[in-house]
Amino acid sequence: MSEFLKYPGESSNDALPPEGKAAAHTRRAFLFKLAVGMNAVVGAVLAVPLFGYLLGPAAKKKSAAGTWISIGDVADFPVGETRLAEFRSPVATFDDGETAKVSCWVRRVSAQKFQVFAINCAHLGCPVRWFSESKLFLCPCHGGAYYEDGSRASGPPERGLFEYRYKIAGNSLVIHAGDMPTLATQASCKDKPLVQIAPPTPETRSTTWEG
Amino acid sequence: MGRLNERGTSTGSKAYAWLEHRLGLIKPLTEAAEHPTPSNNASWWYVFGSAATVLLLLQVVTGILLALVYSPSASEAWTSLNFLNHNVALGWYLRALHGWGSDFMIAIVLIHMVQVFLFGSYKFPRELTWIVGVVLLLLTLGMAFTGQVMRFDQDAYWGLGIGASISSRIPGIGAQLVHMVLGGPIIGGATLSRFFTLHVFVIPGLLLAGVGVHVFMVLRHGVSDWPMPGRLVRKSTYEREYHELTEKTGIPFVPDAAWKDAVFAAAILFAVMACAFFFGPFGPGGQPDPTIIQTAPKPDFAFLWIYAVLAFLPPNLETPVLLVAPVLGIAAMLLLPLIASEGERHWARRPVAVLMVSVIAVTLGIFTRLGTYTPWSPIMNAWSSDAVPVRYMHDRTPLEREGALVLQDKQCRSCHSLDGHGGLRGPELDSVASRMTEDQIVRQVLQGGGNMPAYGNALNPSETKALVSFLMTLRGDGLQPAIDASRELTHTSQVGAPASHVAGNSTLKP
Ligand code: FES
Repeated sequence: MSEFLKYPGESSNDALPPEGKAAAHTRRAFLFKLAVGMNAVVGAVLAVPLFGYLLGPAAKKKSAAGTWISIGDVADFPVGETRLAEFRSPVATFDDGETAKVSCWVRRVSAQKFQVFAINCAHLGCPVRWFSESKLFLCPCHGGAYYEDGSRASGPPERGLFEYRYKIAGNSLVIHAGDMPTLATQASCKDKPLVQIAPPTPETRSTTWEG
Repeated sequence: MGRLNERGTSTGSKAYAWLEHRLGLIKPLTEAAEHPTPSNNASWWYVFGSAATVLLLLQVVTGILLALVYSPSASEAWTSLNFLNHNVALGWYLRALHGWGSDFMIAIVLIHMVQVFLFGSYKFPRELTWIVGVVLLLLTLGMAFTGQVMRFDQDAYWGLGIGASISSRIPGIGAQLVHMVLGGPIIGGATLSRFFTLHVFVIPGLLLAGVGVHVFMVLRHGVSDWPMPGRLVRKSTYEREYHELTEKTGIPFVPDAAWKDAVFAAAILFAVMACAFFFGPFGPGGQPDPTIIQTAPKPDFAFLWIYAVLAFLPPNLETPVLLVAPVLGIAAMLLLPLIASEGERHWARRPVAVLMVSVIAVTLGIFTRLGTYTPWSPIMNAWSSDAVPVRYMHDRTPLEREGALVLQDKQCRSCHSLDGHGGLRGPELDSVASRMTEDQIVRQVLQGGGNMPAYGNALNPSETKALVSFLMTLRGDGLQPAIDASRELTHTSQVGAPASHVAGNSTLKP
């Protein structure tokens, strides 16, 4: 063996073929396994913040999203009518631009009684439009229809429109807004079950018209 | 001169030797390119895979160039796209190339898949090549969907809403999933950022790596030989047979077989260029302002069929179908080569395979076609823009004319057409009185049913009376009015009312 080829770890196994060396060097094999184990531990610890960051949006508490926000003067909404209202989402961030804007349908049933409907169809979220003559909300996407009180009239939606919780504070109409309304993140979960198929209201007037 | 040339070549070969000694890639790659392949697969049917790869490269190049200008911010994306279209020299053309390139890529990938399926090329030993291919198809569709979000317009905004609504239907984790998809509680800046990350970093990375593995396996097992009826794939013999075939009839892949790939790739690139030039870029459509609700959102071409299926699913089947069908479909595609890894390859001996392809193709075609004109969507302005045809107003009583007014006013035309104008959601009304009796019409109008809302609350009795009497005049081209067959039997007991009915009906001449 040449003088120059000496190295600190030289051992009696140097003459063996590589496989033999690996087999013979149980200490190195052990150290390698140990190092792999160390990497696994470090990796697992590292994964905690990485996944925490990635899953951050999903981890937020449900109640955290949303606050009460005014959508206008009570006087802006005449009794018996349904009007479009707009507000800036209270959960918008710096980069949301115009997507932070939200609209909703406000129906004033009586002086103190309102219904505030989400613009999003309960089927797949398209923007529903109110037609005052036929007293229907119609969805442009798949033709879902809702009655003036938000209950399902026909089409693919399996329940009525999502409603925001509201209260009247002084002169303004205040609603609780946050999440984009979907079946899982609807505006008011308590009042309506997740899946509600409302049968069309039976009409009793059909006999009187003829007379 | 000769000496100079000689010296030139020797310098050249020296440089090559220097490079190859260090790189070590040129020789193996050349050998791989020139590998012998059975002469029977040097066919025009075998050109789609390479064309898809070329299109992927086009997408990468045009995508990088677009990213020089595009701003992935919810407040600026739409403006930056318009800036690209109108203010950046050739920006419109780059957008058009990228948009058309994506449509072509989906089409070519699908054709490639159908060809491989019909030729039985997914069988042993190429099962994993197919499975990776299925993943590549899904990644391609993922690129198409995220790409549609990049075009941050109204359709993209509401398309995201549809995506979030679908995620919300997954039991248990729906709400968390919506937040994951949107990156927050609403569609906004965070949503665009994460779709940008997917579209530009994550999916392309996976796609390129997947294509690498796919092509590596193609080289490893060789391009499948042309299927012959009766020549069965058997795990025990196939590879030996393939080798014998290659030895007997083999031709170098480059150039003897690859010239067809090259010609086709050039043709496809040229087609993309021509479409981009003549038809221009896609959108962007209206600005992504969710308070502009006068919009009918629609997905891009590749997803129109899903959009149509969603309109037809009955409400109580919706969630199960939405959640289960994709899983089953993808699982079936992934498992196919494992279940049918041996046996007949030729399409003439696999009628079920041919039938499946035809049925799926026709179904997708029909739903896509329906998606282009959305017969289920109400025509929201028909009530104020399409007048009642004049001939339906001739010789009508004042009450009937009043009824025509009610029909327009109450927006019946959103869903019902007269003379071909109006919505297609409900049946056309031109001959409604020949299909339904007066009583049936009254009941249908007031109580609704089927797909029709009840109008009991929207019509007062006199409006209903007028509307129905107008509808009773609509009998098509002089068809007989519909009659209630059981009415005759009840005549005897109800003397007054039915008689007036009969009299009333007889005065209604079309
Ligand atoms: S989103 Fe409204 S009907 Fe489908």
